[in-house]
Amino acid sequence: MSSSLAIQRENIRKLFPDTFNQARKSRLRGQIIFFLVLVYLIVGFFTLDVVDIPKKWKPQNAAMFVLDTYAHKDHVTMKWENHEDIKIAFEGNYRSVYGRDNLDKSIPDWFYKNSDKVGNVVEFNNKGKAILYKDKVEIVNFPKYERDFTIKLNSNGKPYLVGSEDLVIEDLKGFRITENRVEFRPTLYERIQVYPKKVEIHRYSIGWKYFWFDFSSPLEPYTFFEALGLTFSKERVVPEMSNLKLFLTEIKDNEAFMHGRVWWAMLETIVMAVLGTMFATVMALPLSFLAAYNVTPIKALRFTLRRLFDTLRGIDFLIWSLIFLRAFGPGPFTGIFAIGFTDTGTLGKLYSEAIENTEKKQQEGVKSTGASKFLQHRFGIIPQILPIFVSQSLYYLESNTRGAVIIGAMGAGGIGLQFLGALGTGNDFENVAYMAILVLAVVIFMDRLSAWLRRILIGSDQLIVR
Amino acid sequence: MTKALPANLEQIEVNLKKLTNQRTRSSLLGIAILILIFFGGTLVSLEANAGSFGRGIANFFNYPRDLFVDTFEMGWKYWPRVIKYIPELIITLNIALFSTSIGFVLAVIFAIFSSRNLIRNKRVIQFTKFFMDVTRSFPTLIIAMVFLYLMGKSSLPAVIAITIHTAGALGKLFTEAIENCDGKPIEGLSSVGATWTQKIRFSVLPQVLPLFLSYGILRLEINVRESTILGFVGAGGIGEMLAALIQWNYGADVLACMFLLVGTIIALDYLSAYWRHKLIGANQ
Repeated sequence: MSSSLAIQRENIRKLFPDTFNQARKSRLRGQIIFFLVLVYLIVGFFTLDVVDIPKKWKPQNAAMFVLDTYAHKDHVTMKWENHEDIKIAFEGNYRSVYGRDNLDKSIPDWFYKNSDKVGNVVEFNNKGKAILYKDKVEIVNFPKYERDFTIKLNSNGKPYLVGSEDLVIEDLKGFRITENRVEFRPTLYERIQVYPKKVEIHRYSIGWKYFWFDFSSPLEPYTFFEALGLTFSKERVVPEMSNLKLFLTEIKDNEAFMHGRVWWAMLETIVMAVLGTMFATVMALPLSFLAAYNVTPIKALRFTLRRLFDTLRGIDFLIWSLIFLRAFGPGPFTGIFAIGFTDTGTLGKLYSEAIENTEKKQQEGVKSTGASKFLQHRFGIIPQILPIFVSQSLYYLESNTRGAVIIGAMGAGGIGLQFLGALGTGNDFENVAYMAILVLAVVIFMDRLSAWLRRILIGSDQLIVR
Repeated sequence: MTKALPANLEQIEVNLKKLTNQRTRSSLLGIAILILIFFGGTLVSLEANAGSFGRGIANFFNYPRDLFVDTFEMGWKYWPRVIKYIPELIITLNIALFSTSIGFVLAVIFAIFSSRNLIRNKRVIQFTKFFMDVTRSFPTLIIAMVFLYLMGKSSLPAVIAITIHTAGALGKLFTEAIENCDGKPIEGLSSVGATWTQKIRFSVLPQVLPLFLSYGILRLEINVRESTILGFVGAGGIGEMLAALIQWNYGADVLACMFLLVGTIIALDYLSAYWRHKLIGANQ
């Protein structure tokens, strides 16, 4: 049986030799292309130093970055010369010191006098303690450590770990000892550093503290919802202004997260995207009619406009924004015009192609009633292309929001520049994370908004091309 | 030869009038909202902009004119300058091509796992779709900036950022392509007992591959622009060169870089239109 099948197969092969040979040829072509791509990828792998990723990737930096995006820290500092003067500051900021000035900012409850009435205790979240004495620092009660440690200053005023010569390496993990510093960091969340002049302790906790109300705000003792509830009560928190006004200004002027400034910057970015897209649509609409062969009979005009669209598009918004930045200075106008000019090219091309692809029958129908050229276009073409126009413009709105963030970062202002600034300071990573999340939320919102608008305006949220 | 009028003609006319009025009302409402957005936005811009609008318009041609004057003064010595920046351009193109290729492969994998006609498990589909939404929505600049901060100056952050964004953006388009493809070949292969991978290889892939390649070429064009921009913030290539030249105010060199860039982008534009036309017989 099988041999007869084989004979049949041979017969078919003989009957249609071209078909089978072609299949083999095209398969060979596919294999060659695949091979070439593979070769390029290997070349790219080396020319772009992808092999260097493990070398360049500093896990310590990345861990600190990630830690700081979701956690905050308090600094406890003690000078050896005056061991009773201990400063506790939020993020080490000299303006956010606990228990000082008339701010009535009580000392946090993880800082207290030791039971021997001499030492001061800093208790970490993992129940480990650092006890500060006049002449030594005791590290006790850390989980996963069998024993306690003592750090003292020697006769030269340099810090050392008492009894370190008796310790095995296993006990010493978490310590980093140099001539002028003894550092103990068992996990990322606790850090004790002893210097010849001072002791500095960093105590990390998870969460964005002071997200709504900053350190020195009168509303800081309350949570967000408590403060919201207070806005309905008649008793004023501060005599100068009503609770509602206080509530809003305190959130707006928050020093840590700068809500007022960040949201204003976000608004600037959105304005750039929306007005830029509007500008491009308004410019592209008439030009695209002039560039379509079924509307404009003059070939030279069509050719010129087509090349104009190509040039506008080819001069990327990067270059446009550089030129406009010189003219308008930093601000939304730069972004609006950069986006507007680039997209006039893109939308103009797409629109004119859409006009050329319209059904001619409708135009002929209008023409048969004796309508003028203008009316033919108004009732013969526009109803056909309006959904495409709306769909395209709304589609570009979303990608322009991302573009506006980028233009902002290159100097036009808005959230992009704020983001760059926060990243540049090197320690406000919670702000970096906040703004990244904000950008993400706004871009996704614009995406959904444009899909929703497309759905209610033209009944489909898919991009219509023709 | 009078035709009998329909009995409910009056009713039709009333309805027509109602519909027309409704249409006019919603059009006017739409226009009003657009005007409101326009004026609101203009107010915000006027408030936020450093320079005034009028002066900006007046100054618009100053910078391009300076650049051209600088170039003109150089005369024939200018052309070697243009050639000098070609290696930088190649770095930028290399970044774009490499990350598009890797992103393309990732996008195909994502798309397979988020297509309703290939995967039964709804959780997997939802998760992949959400993941693609997130990777697609981050501006490449933000990802690149963070990696630049963590890894120091090199081209790698740009490669990583563009790859991530490309995987998400292409993944979404690929998913749509797979979900819209003809189900009959899949059924045919199922009937002869093909495995899941065989079904994808012999029924889905031949249908969608031209479309995939077409989208990929379009992405490559976008990514060349992206990698230039990322160069501007420190990822190397012609973007970084351009940023430095602008800082030093080397007008002629700035224009040389701009010419190279614009020339490349326009050439790519035509080339990609041509390739895509060949692939799917239309420039969608």
